Amino acid sequence: MTVLLATILKVVVIFGALISAAGISTLAERRVSAWIQHRIGPNRVGPFGVLQPLADGIKFIFKEEFVPEGANRWLFILAPALSAAAALMSVAVIPFGGLITEIDGTPILMSIADLDIGALWVVAIGGLGIYGVILGGWASNSKYSLFGGLRATAQMISYELSMILCILAVVAMSDTLNLREIVNLQDSADSRCFGFLPGWNIFYQPLAFVLFVICTFAETNRHPFDFAECESELVGGFHTEYSSMKFALFFIGEYCAMIVMSCMTVTLFLGGFSVPYWSEAPFLIGLASFLLKVTFFMFLFLWVRWSLPRFRYDQLMNLGWKVFLPLALVNILLTGLAVSL
Amino acid sequence: MLTDYFPILILLALVVGFVTVVLLLSNIAGRKRMNQEKASAYECGMDAVGDTRVRISIHYYLVAVLFILFDVEALFLALWASAAKTFKEAGIGGLIFAEILIFVFVLALTLAYVWRKGGLEWDR
Repeated sequence: MTVLLATILKVVVIFGALISAAGISTLAERRVSAWIQHRIGPNRVGPFGVLQPLADGIKFIFKEEFVPEGANRWLFILAPALSAAAALMSVAVIPFGGLITEIDGTPILMSIADLDIGALWVVAIGGLGIYGVILGGWASNSKYSLFGGLRATAQMISYELSMILCILAVVAMSDTLNLREIVNLQDSADSRCFGFLPGWNIFYQPLAFVLFVICTFAETNRHPFDFAECESELVGGFHTEYSSMKFALFFIGEYCAMIVMSCMTVTLFLGGFSVPYWSEAPFLIGLASFLLKVTFFMFLFLWVRWSLPRFRYDQLMNLGWKVFLPLALVNILLTGLAVSL
Repeated sequence: MLTDYFPILILLALVVGFVTVVLLLSNIAGRKRMNQEKASAYECGMDAVGDTRVRISIHYYLVAVLFILFDVEALFLALWASAAKTFKEAGIGGLIFAEILIFVFVLALTLAYVWRKGGLEWDR
């Protein structure tokens, strides 16, 4: 019974933390953007503007909600819900930390579920977010939305291939799809790289790491691949016609997808919640180590946004199909060769 | 086995509840003042021209078909990758890898063919 309660509590805490983190990310995005551009950014609501996301949320609720003329009403409403739900569901298998405590001999681990298909779950459920983008773009009955949605969909499915192949290279090395086991393997002493570096997969799979990180940018429609929005050409892309909370749900989906992708990068390549040279690290230190690494990748998203110009669409598709896919294929074959022989 | 998925059911309930509640809340709390201009599709302030249900470029269709092709390949590779070391320990690692090599080679030929035929060019 206590195990059941602990499980429910764990799910609620992780869900709440994810939503809050998405909110904080919107503030961080504006503050970091301002910082990079020598501006101040929102700092009026609460100390350093920390209550800004809450104020934004309340304002979104009180804004007018409407369905444009000629739009497919139900698909129009379903799209943002699907976009947010897919991103929120994909967090289910991320191992945030190690053992919290034991109740009646049952270990309580810091993750919603430790599925044996963990890596596939993130790709499969996270991939459902594409439906949100294409349905939203099509159902709006606006040309900007349609083109934004189409472009974003083509981009996301193209880069998803390379992303899966990069994940599989790590999976082949670890011999499991379970994310917690992948982390534990990176933590074990005999996986040390050259005997002294931490056993993180980034040292064994540098190419897969670079490809994966770039693919996460394309998957989440972030700069320099933000063709879903592409303000200067398509106004707002697939969410041109959206207002109020429906608009906000697209953003919750986008930021949650960014957080989940950062978590995946850390879990697969940077040892997840493990602390280098300290295998027996307490739960809170492990969690802090995980969050620190994730924060770095969240910062990277913003850093890149203000450092690189946007690609051209044909350049983006060329990069995805002609560079990334062959490189990822070669990488997994080399990994397979090393693992099998 | 099934108990592994129980926490995910709780999460699903939370997520569905969350999106439903926020959508309903904004539907109830938001003001409603509709007019013809507001309801029309946004086209930079001009009256909307024509219909949006137009034919779209064949490229998008091609990308979708290629995606399905290579996604299925990736799924097959996932089955192999998650057991690659087990195969090696069973002493058939080399044999299985040779089979995988043939499988990937056939699909790499597909990619080369599409590339050669110009299926990956966007500016044509």
